[in-house]
Amino acid sequence: MKMDRRTFLKTTGAAAMASALPISLVAMAFGEKNPAKDFSFAYISDAHIQQIEGSKFVRNWDMGLTRAVQEANLLTPRPDFFFFGGDLAQLGKKEEMDHGLEILSKLRGKAYYVIGEHDYYLDLGKYWESKISPLWYSFDHKGVHFIVLNSILTYDKWTHKNWADPMDRMLAMARLDNPEGSPFLVGEKQRAWLKKDLEKVDKSTPIVLCSHSPIQKIYKGWNFWTEDAESVQTLLKPFNKVTVIYGHVHQIQYNQVGNISFHAVMATAWPWPYPKSYVQDPSHLPKLTVPINRADPFFERDATGWQFMNLRTGNVDMHYQLPDNENRSVVFNRKTGRPQDAKYQSVGSRIPPQTHY
Amino acid sequence: MNTKARVFKPTLWSAAIAATLVTCVAFATPLGLPPLAVPADNPITPEKVKLGDKLFHDKRFSSTGEVSCANCHDKEKGFTDNLPVSEGINKLKGTRNAPTVINAAYLHTQFWDGREPTLEAQSAQPFLNPVEMALTNHEPILKIVRTDPEYVDLFKRAFAKTGNAITMKEVEQAIASFERTLIAGNSPFDRYFYGGEKSAMNPAAIRGLDVFINQGRCVSCHVIEQTQALFTDNRFHMIGSGAKQMPKNLDDLAAAVEDVKKRGTDIAVLSNEKTSSLGRYAVTRDLTDIGAFKTPTLRNIALTAPYLHDGSLKTLEEVIQFYNNGGREKETDPVPELLSGGIRPLNLNKEQEADLVEFLKALTSPEFAQK
Repeated sequence: MKMDRRTFLKTTGAAAMASALPISLVAMAFGEKNPAKDFSFAYISDAHIQQIEGSKFVRNWDMGLTRAVQEANLLTPRPDFFFFGGDLAQLGKKEEMDHGLEILSKLRGKAYYVIGEHDYYLDLGKYWESKISPLWYSFDHKGVHFIVLNSILTYDKWTHKNWADPMDRMLAMARLDNPEGSPFLVGEKQRAWLKKDLEKVDKSTPIVLCSHSPIQKIYKGWNFWTEDAESVQTLLKPFNKVTVIYGHVHQIQYNQVGNISFHAVMATAWPWPYPKSYVQDPSHLPKLTVPINRADPFFERDATGWQFMNLRTGNVDMHYQLPDNENRSVVFNRKTGRPQDAKYQSVGSRIPPQTHY
Repeated sequence: MNTKARVFKPTLWSAAIAATLVTCVAFATPLGLPPLAVPADNPITPEKVKLGDKLFHDKRFSSTGEVSCANCHDKEKGFTDNLPVSEGINKLKGTRNAPTVINAAYLHTQFWDGREPTLEAQSAQPFLNPVEMALTNHEPILKIVRTDPEYVDLFKRAFAKTGNAITMKEVEQAIASFERTLIAGNSPFDRYFYGGEKSAMNPAAIRGLDVFINQGRCVSCHVIEQTQALFTDNRFHMIGSGAKQMPKNLDDLAAAVEDVKKRGTDIAVLSNEKTSSLGRYAVTRDLTDIGAFKTPTLRNIALTAPYLHDGSLKTLEEVIQFYNNGGREKETDPVPELLSGGIRPLNLNKEQEADLVEFLKALTSPEFAQK
C-alpha cells in the first residue's frame, strides 16, 4: 500500500489535525452529516495491579493507572464514557481488584469493563461478576451497538483440571510460552448469545466489539490469539462497519480483515515486545501495523499509555496517548477502507529505530 | 531515536545543529566541562563581552530605573538572588526561583520550562515582563544604546554599528556573549574525579558521590559523564514540586492554558502560581509535561539557595529529604498523581543524606567560593 503524506492528511482531515493539537483543548469535528451522533470515549487497559503484601502494591503499576485516569479526566470535549479493557489485577486477587477499582473510581463518568485472564483464572470471574460487571453484555449508544465479550475462556478440560490450588491455574495462565498452557476461546455458549444479540441489530448499525484478547490470530505462544476467532468474525461479517478493540498485547496493532477493523490498546503497566522478534512460533503480526519505536528504559512509562476514540466515520478512530513517546493516531481511511496511522503509515515518514550497541 | 523523550523534535534538532556550528572559544575549557558550543552567527569577542557585561548591569532598562539583569542574577550570590522567587520592579514577585547564569551557556533550553532555546532569545524577555523590568516595549533600551556615548562607542567596537542599525538583535547577542563567559568548573569534585587529585574531596563527599551515583539515583537526571559533567540531562521531569498548586480539574487547566494563549507564556507563568505549576506543559501542551520542569545543573548549588523551581525548599538538607520521600516534603503528603516515574522513595539513612550534602558542597567552583 502506498500513499503520499499529503493525500493522506487530506483524507483524514480533522482527525489528523486533532492529534497534533493539545487534546485538552480540541473541539473535535466529528461527523459531518449527523452531529447529534458524534461522540468519543476513552479506553484504559491492562493495569495489572499487583499486591506485594497487605496494603503494599507495585508502585509502578499503580502510577501507570493513576496517570491514565488523571489524563483521561482532562479530555475535552468530555468522553461519553470510559472503558477498562481487562487485566485490572495481576493474579486475580480481590485485594488487587479493590485497589484498582479505588484508582478507577476517580474517573469522572461511567465506566464499562472487559474481563482479562488475570482477573479470571483465580475464581473464574466470581468476584468480578459480583463487584464489577457482567462478563459479557451489549448496549447501544448514539446509534452504535457495543458488545463486550469474555474472550479469555479456554477448554473446560484445562480449566477444571485437577488443580491443587486455584492459584496454580492462575499462574499457569499468566505464564508466557507455557507448554502446559491453553489457548483462549470465546466458546460456543457466548457465540450463540452473540448470534442472538446481533439478530435484532440493523446491518448498517456500526458495531464495536470489545474483548480482552484479539479476535484474530497473531501469536499463539503468548496467547495473542483466540482459538475460535474465525467463528466470531463470521458472525460479524454481515455488518457494514465493525471494529474490534482488544487489550492483552500491550502494544499498538491494527489490521483490517474483510469488513472488520482491529485495534489493540496500550497497557498502563508495561509494554510487550512485538512477537515478530521471537522465532519459537510463527507470528502473524498484522502487516498494516507500524510498530511503536522501542521503549527507552530510562522512562518507566514509555511505551505504555491509554487512548481515546471517536466514531466520526462510524468506524473507530484511535488516538493513543503515550507518555514519554510520540502520541499516535490510527484512523479509518474511507478511501482505502482500513485503519491507517495518521503520520507514520508511509515507509518514508517513519522515525528510524534507535541504534542499540 | 525515540522521539518525544528527547529535548528537541528530530527536525528542530537538526536545525539546531546546523545553526550551532561549534566555533573555538578563546579561553581554555575549565576542568570538568565540555567545549562550549557558540552560535556561528555570534562568535565571542572581548568587545562584545564587555558590552554585554555593561548591558547586564544597566538599571535604566527597567520602568523604575532600579532593576537590571544583575538584580536577580547577582555575582555575589552565585548569579542568583537567594530569594524563593525573584523580585522585579517595586518588589513585585514572580513565581519562579532565579536560576544561576553560571554554565547556562551549556543548556539546550532556557527558563525553567525551556520556553526559549537560546541565551539570545532568553535575554530579551525579562525587560518586558510586568513583574520583572516592566518596560512596555524594547524602545527605551534602543534609545539609550543608540545615544549614550559610552554605548555608541561600545557598539561601534563590538558590531561596527551605530544609530538605527543597532537593534535588539545586537543587544541580545552582546548579553549572550557575556553570559557565555560565565562558565565554571574546577570544583573539588572536578579535581577529584577528572583531575585524579584524591584529596580534593573530603571522605564524606566521596561517600556522598557514591550515594549520588547509586542508591540516591541522582545521576539519572543530574548527569556525570566520563570526561565532563554538566549535572543535567536537559530534560523536563515532574518531580513533585508545585504539585499543590497544580490545576485540580479540567476547568482550572483550561483557564491556565487560556491565560498562556492570551498573554504569552512568559507573562502568564510569572504572574500566576497555578499557571506556573504547569511547567513544560505551558510550552508543549503535551500531557506528559504537566508539572515538569527542567533539570537544573548542580554546579555551585551551595551558593544558590533556596531550591526547586519555586524556591520552596530552603536548604540542601530539605531538598534531599524531599527526594528521599519520593517527591514530597513530608512522608505523609499524598503522592502527586502525575509524578515522573523516576521519582520514588530512596530509603537513604541520615548519614547518607549528610554525605550527599557534603558532595553537593564540593561542586562549588573556586572563583565563586565564599572566602
